[in-house]
Amino acid sequence: MPTPDTFYEVIRRQGISRRSFLKFCSLTASALGLGPAFAGQIAEAMETKPRIPVLWLHGLECTCCSESFIRSSHPLVSDVILSMVSLDYNDLIMAAAGHQAEAILEEIRREHKGRYLLAVEGNPPLGQDGMSCIIAGRPFLEQLRETAADCQAVVAWGSCASWGCVQAARPNPTQATPIDQVIRDKPVIKVPGCPPIAEVMTGVLTYMLTFERIPPLDRQGRPSMFYGQRIHDKCYRRPHFDAGQFVESWDDEGARRGYCLYKMGCKGPTTYNACSTVRWNNGVSFPIQSGHGCIGCSEKDFWDKDGFYQHVTDTHVFGIEANADRTGLAVAGGVGAAITAHAAASAVKRSQQKNKQGDDQP
Amino acid sequence: MPTGLPQVQQTAIYVYQAPLRVWHWVNALAITVLAVTGYLIANPLPSVPGEASDSYLMGYIRFAHFVAAYVFAIGFVFRLYWAAVGNRYARQLFALPFWRASFWRELVHELRWYAFLETEPKKYVGHNPLAHLFMVVIITVGGLVMIATGFALYSEQTGLGSWQDQAFGWVIPLVGQSQDVRMWHHWGMWIIVVFVMLHVYAAIREDIMSRQSLISTMLSGWRMFKDDRP
Repeated sequence: MPTPDTFYEVIRRQGISRRSFLKFCSLTASALGLGPAFAGQIAEAMETKPRIPVLWLHGLECTCCSESFIRSSHPLVSDVILSMVSLDYNDLIMAAAGHQAEAILEEIRREHKGRYLLAVEGNPPLGQDGMSCIIAGRPFLEQLRETAADCQAVVAWGSCASWGCVQAARPNPTQATPIDQVIRDKPVIKVPGCPPIAEVMTGVLTYMLTFERIPPLDRQGRPSMFYGQRIHDKCYRRPHFDAGQFVESWDDEGARRGYCLYKMGCKGPTTYNACSTVRWNNGVSFPIQSGHGCIGCSEKDFWDKDGFYQHVTDTHVFGIEANADRTGLAVAGGVGAAITAHAAASAVKRSQQKNKQGDDQP
Repeated sequence: MPTGLPQVQQTAIYVYQAPLRVWHWVNALAITVLAVTGYLIANPLPSVPGEASDSYLMGYIRFAHFVAAYVFAIGFVFRLYWAAVGNRYARQLFALPFWRASFWRELVHELRWYAFLETEPKKYVGHNPLAHLFMVVIITVGGLVMIATGFALYSEQTGLGSWQDQAFGWVIPLVGQSQDVRMWHHWGMWIIVVFVMLHVYAAIREDIMSRQSLISTMLSGWRMFKDDRP
């Protein structure tokens, strides 16, 4: 059962040295974009504050967020990050199952009323009375509403919980709905991405533990330290963009030289995420570094924006799919032809009138 | 009494004051630069060879776009000011006589004139109703949409908390996401391109076939009428 141990006590019990602990604190401070001075503050918080109980629910999702989270690059993560917050309910990694597991939800709600964090991976389908996602014999929608009622704040993990993602893509048969449209009376922190970067996930939780407040959010509810800039703004291929050097096809010289992938439909210029700074898999790489454009997985409804491989994408209006350039050029051509025809007709008309006037005034 | 001289007296009215005429041509230039550079931002030119540090082509194209955008936006604000202090014709761009029945009647008449169903158009000191409608929809409403979406996109590089972000950043979530804003901004460009084609054609045609001057009016400010009939 969860104990209100401090984070520090837990990791010391697990045999992690104080040195490693302090390293983690300073790494986290810099990941959060805070100065080195904050490392001490983080260390103190972790030594003194009781761990925050976290309930981690899974709705309609693929568990890629959890898989990303447990692969957080810092070596301490498997032992530490998971115990930093007392993850009392996470059906991916908890030992309990069945009625025993469901009992934890009740207990946390009762004993930590108003204190626990609710982390949600995935989203609830509202269609068919929520029957498209059943947890423990009941619609996930009910579980979500009940646990959210007594929580402190909701962390919406991933693009599913933040925006809806693939299950909410057109035509969204189950009416999958992002968390902030279902839970309206609690602060919802969106951590989008499919999945979000592990260091971003741990960073957000560490911030909340250390400062006991929600990190600064942007207009759309995303932590601005990680989602304040676009991939494009910090992309190492940006100089090629500014110079006008683009990959024109996948196997051309530009692709080999690592030119900008803008013409290949890279969504870096429209995607807010930390991939180009934090990168993935222990900072090894990220999609653009591997030679493929960004698909914009942390952006709203990225499945419905058409063409991962074109920059000028289709626009859907009234069920019509149209590319602005193709349509624009066709319309401009049509109007040009119409103008020419109208001008010719006008000239004919005018000469007729002139002749008539000539007849009237001999 | 045949004298051999033209017998029709041409009346002239001073319609477009100098600042408004300057605005018109500056705006025309800005729109041209914006459309060309905007198209090239969406569909960049073929790759430049050599080291990245030797070229700054995309950078210059985007710079030209942003400079022209500021000219357009500041011009728009100036135009609003001029609507307040200028003559009555300066206000037409921001006031559509929506509830005036004669406006719609004359609009139909103007449409019939373009469809060759009327033998001659009516005379107007300011815009004819069709032009008036187009100006308000494309230049005023369309211009505002392009300024709002354009500055919203510009705010993505000036960053969170910049004045562009504070004033226009809300446009992005309103429309959907950054890519949507791009696409609507791009559609807007095509709408303006088509408008410019129609505008130039109509101005030349009206100059020749209507009963009043058009092109010279935007140069000199004086509207000349070719006849004295009502």
